Amino acid sequence: MTDRPGAVAAGERSPAAVRRTVEAVWRIESARIVGALARYTGDFALAEDVAQEALAEALEVWPRDGVPNQPTGWLLTVGRRRAIDSFRRRATRADKYAEVARGQERARLEDEAGLPWDPDTIEDDRLALIFVSCHPVVSKEARVALTLRVVAGLSSEQIASAFLVPVPTVQARITRAKKTLAAARVPFEVPPVAERAERLGSVLSVLYLIFAEGSSASGGQDWMRTDLAREAIRLARILARLMPAEPEVHGLLALCELTAARFPARTGADGEPVLLADQDRGRWDRSAIRRGEEALARAVSVGRGLGPYGLQAAIAECHDLARSVEATDWERIVVLYEALGRVAPSPVVELNRAVAVSMAYGPEAGLRLVDDLVAGEVLGGSYLLPSVRGELLSRVGRTAEARTELELAARLCGNARERSVLVAKATALG
Amino acid sequence: MPKFMLIMRATDEGRAEYESIDFEEVIAAMGKYNEQLLDAGVMVGGEGLADDVHAVVDFSGETPVVTDGPYGETKELFNGFWMLEVASKEEAIEWATRAPLSGPGTKLEIRRVTGPEDFPQDNEWIQKENAWREENAGR
Repeated sequence: MTDRPGAVAAGERSPAAVRRTVEAVWRIESARIVGALARYTGDFALAEDVAQEALAEALEVWPRDGVPNQPTGWLLTVGRRRAIDSFRRRATRADKYAEVARGQERARLEDEAGLPWDPDTIEDDRLALIFVSCHPVVSKEARVALTLRVVAGLSSEQIASAFLVPVPTVQARITRAKKTLAAARVPFEVPPVAERAERLGSVLSVLYLIFAEGSSASGGQDWMRTDLAREAIRLARILARLMPAEPEVHGLLALCELTAARFPARTGADGEPVLLADQDRGRWDRSAIRRGEEALARAVSVGRGLGPYGLQAAIAECHDLARSVEATDWERIVVLYEALGRVAPSPVVELNRAVAVSMAYGPEAGLRLVDDLVAGEVLGGSYLLPSVRGELLSRVGRTAEARTELELAARLCGNARERSVLVAKATALG
Repeated sequence: MPKFMLIMRATDEGRAEYESIDFEEVIAAMGKYNEQLLDAGVMVGGEGLADDVHAVVDFSGETPVVTDGPYGETKELFNGFWMLEVASKEEAIEWATRAPLSGPGTKLEIRRVTGPEDFPQDNEWIQKENAWREENAGR
């Protein structure tokens, strides 16, 4: 926490501007504030409640009285006071005086030290917060909502608009999640080594889910979706700083950076999706590519090999560094998909491998793999398989079959924009 | 999410005062600040500028005129920058107020970095610049 040189008088800035300042401080400090309060109270749900109360109070008071000298300290003090109030209320209900005494003692000690939190434990608190928010006892949707609210410092309104759900839905998810965590007696801590790998897997999947949601093509008004993807990247960067020895954390960060690097080119002037092959590669974000490469290099340098996220990042890197589709190192991509298929087998990976094989060794080779997938009856009902098959059939000159497949793909496709691309392709075959 | 550049500027007076602070202290304070930015996941770049090499090309006249610095009438020097990826101008300002800077005339200017959305992408020269960026992409 840093001192602000001087309070900004309320009159100097409009209430709306002060409100945005409150939100900015909250984004920067919410994880530390909720983390410190959770450690202080030993109660994650209570910490989240009182932190939100402190935020609400700031939104009311700061526009009137001005931004305090130490905004973070102010929020923490209010949160702590509310926590003590809550302890007192509980004590009157059930005789829990020891708990109050302990809380007050802690508050007094921390006040005397003049430090709102212990610098030695801040990082652990933030990490514990991430692990608790992504705990497997909580539903996937709630993990996402909780992580965005307590770790990223977003409001329920922002989360709701990003996920296109009503605000009460988000609030209900968070409330239920906190109840579940309390019922399951989930401790506020970084999980012990024995559980670390599994719990980290849950954290990474939550971050990736946020990223994937934010990067899904939604046409036209996609600014908020992109912001959601950026939020996931910010969280992945935070996690990479907190857990530098975990290759998959760097792998996930690299995957997100290398994928987001292509965002500026993925939609056309009318919001229509532009396929990788047709993208103006000059619009790709070179600095994002460089950051992705650096993150991938860190994943490699840990020396434990690449996991599923790292391998997907390596594939994304092959695309990002290629000048064109033709100049892409498809043979390397084939090898990477083979590795990915072994550590994280899935029909989608196999389908992507088939595409890579067709690019590296010709459409016939790719078609053989796709036909195996068809015979295996995987990916039934998905438009992806007929869309790829149609494309490969057209390349080997089996035009009539190609058109049938593309028409099937168009029927199965749920996204209107993508469907029109498929229809156009089928029509072009005459 | 927009990017902002925090541009460090100082007058000679401010610089002189800043340079009187123990160099180790300056490095430690800057290091700590950079760590905070990295821990928060917002820093995407930054450099400091040396003052031992300095030249100015002035385009006021018909032909460019090259002089050694410092900038004639300008009293402020541009000393370095941070690039932050944050949600809002206010967040960039909040980070700026935390920078370990001091001294008379020392300032941090906050500017939004332009992106492809700021330019008409169908313009021939913008397309050429895109191609140029691609070719010169530093590996």
